This record gives sequence, C-alpha cells and structure tokens, in this order.
Amino acid sequence: MHHRTASQNSEKITYLFEEVNTALKTKFGADLLNAQIDYDFPVFEVSKSAVHDVLEFLKNDQAMVFSFLTTMCGSHFPEQGEREFMLMYQLHSLEKNQRIRIKTFMSIKDIEVPTATDLWKGANWMERETFDFYGFRFKGHPNLKRILNMDEMNYHPLRKQYPLEDGSRDDKADNYFGR
Amino acid sequence: MSNKVVIRPENKPEGYEGEGYMLTRLDKVVGLARANSLWPLPFATSCCGIEFMATMAANYDLARFGMERMSFSPRQADLLMVMGTISKKMGPILRQVYEQMAEPKWVLSMGACASSGGIFDTYSVLQGIDRIIPVDVYIPGCPPRPEQVLDGILKIQELAKNEGIGYRQSAEYKARLAQYGIE
Repeated sequence: MHHRTASQNSEKITYLFEEVNTALKTKFGADLLNAQIDYDFPVFEVSKSAVHDVLEFLKNDQAMVFSFLTTMCGSHFPEQGEREFMLMYQLHSLEKNQRIRIKTFMSIKDIEVPTATDLWKGANWMERETFDFYGFRFKGHPNLKRILNMDEMNYHPLRKQYPLEDGSRDDKADNYFGR
Repeated sequence: MSNKVVIRPENKPEGYEGEGYMLTRLDKVVGLARANSLWPLPFATSCCGIEFMATMAANYDLARFGMERMSFSPRQADLLMVMGTISKKMGPILRQVYEQMAEPKWVLSMGACASSGGIFDTYSVLQGIDRIIPVDVYIPGCPPRPEQVLDGILKIQELAKNEGIGYRQSAEYKARLAQYGIE
C-alpha cells in the first residue's frame, strides 16, 4: 500500500483520519482491523460481521455524519485465499466535505453481507451491480437480481476465474490473446 | 454556373421511350423508387451513431440520396442501420425491432462493433449483429468516415434497385430468414 508521510498529507486529511480512527476504535475495538491513508484517502478495514454497524454509526453519529454513500463495489483477489472477496464503501460527509473508505474482506464461503439499503436508498442499485459481477449476496435487499448483464447469465463475470473474452468466437488465434 | 439543364441518362432503366411515355419493366421502376427513397431507422448506440449524425449533417448530407426522413419507428422504416456496440442484453431488443419492420427491409451494419463485436471481445458484447439478424451490407471502420458510410448506403441502394419484386416471397429469402429462426 502506498502511504504518504504525515508531512505530505494536508492537515485536514490527517485530522479526519485521526478523528474517525479514534471514534471507530472506541466504539468497535477489535473489529477495526486496519487503518491507513491511501494517497489522500483515509481507508478503514473492518471485519465483515461489523460492517453494517460501522456504516450505521458513521452515518448517524453526530460527530461523524457521513450522510452520503457515494459508491460501493466489490473486488476479487484470487491469490489472497481467506481474504479473497473485498467490499468497499465510500462515504462522503456533505456537511464537512470529507470522504473516507470502508473495506471488508471475506472468503468465498462467507459471501453474505447485510444490505446497506436501510441506511442509504442509493445502495440499492450499487448492491445489485456488486451482486451481478461478483456474486455477493446482500441479506435483506428488496430486489437482488442482475442489473447490467443479461438475466440468463449464470456466472459472475468479474471474478478472476473467468476469461474476459467472449467464449463463442472461433476465429481468433488463441495464442495472441492469452487463451 | 451555367443555366443549362443537364439530364444524365445513366440512371434511367432500359425501355422504349416516346413522347410523354416510357415502356419498361415494373420491377425496374419499383427498384428505382425503393432505392431512392429509403427511410432509415438509425439504431445508433455508440460512437458510430455520432459519426452517422455527421453524415446526416450538411457537410456530407445523406438527404441527397433520398434519406431525408429518418424513422424511429420500425413499422415505418425500410433500412435498419445498426450503428454501435450491441450488448448481449440489447440483442433481443434489436431482434424485435428487426422483426417489426415490414418487407422489403435491409440491414446495414456500421462500424466494427456491430459487424463483429469490434475491439470488445468480452462477456457482455454481442460479437456481431449477424448472429441474430441477417445483414445486407457491412461498413468496417472504427468509426467509419462519412464517405465510407455513404459508400455503404450506395451499396444498399444498388441492392434495392436490383432486387426484383418477388424476392421477398421467394424460397431463397425464406431460407435465409429460417437460418436466423425468423418466420
């Protein structure tokens, strides 16, 4: 991970990082697994069991007030074994104009996550997209089905185990395309 | 510019002429009428659609070939111009649009993505619209220049002019449609 030294980041970012770090450590203790600043973005890794409570706390707390979920998505790191699948939420505080990122890692056996739609309505389609491409199941989601791919698709394409290329072509030389 | 009117005879069908009449074959006249008044349906999805807009605009002007009136309803269109990347999710919709058109109809596939998937050989892109509908003319390019688009349209006009009246009811055409599963 790329860290900036304390002197390279602006004071606002460092202050934000310390503020959120302290608040999360106080409230969630061991569930806060990692905290760092990536370039200029405070990133907090939490355990999967606590992720919904962390998001709720960050949204509702009077001092934190991260009222805007700007984006969320998944990722797949096949070489990481138990920490294969990653969920990432990006939160923005409209009142203070500050952003942080919450990450959580899980293995493929454990790929159910509570939905964030009860906190932010905007998470509805974002979670559908994450389900569509990675297969995360969001417990409590009102309408968890594919959103961007065809409904008949029976796999989750952005998992790294599938080739990127369409399988039905037979006129391309395989060795040029890494197949 | 001189005021002399020049009549070019090369586009006239063969026939006997007299004072105020011309005797020729019906399918030649019908072919002329169809070719010079194609009503296109611009099924523009991506960048090729923008290039088509440039072709329609004043500089390259498609209207001089009779395509003044675009139709966005397939019921009233002759020529389906598929311009842009068609995803697999869009495939059934494109097919339905094609089936809603009335005979005679022609399909023009503009650009690399519509012809073969283009550079997008991925899980989501249909690798060429000729997997789902029969195509008459392909225009390669990414995107093709307006001159290339005009060339493709002139080829469609040649097809329309020389088709003949009975082709759409013929067994050969029905066999072609059957290849795509269209009755």
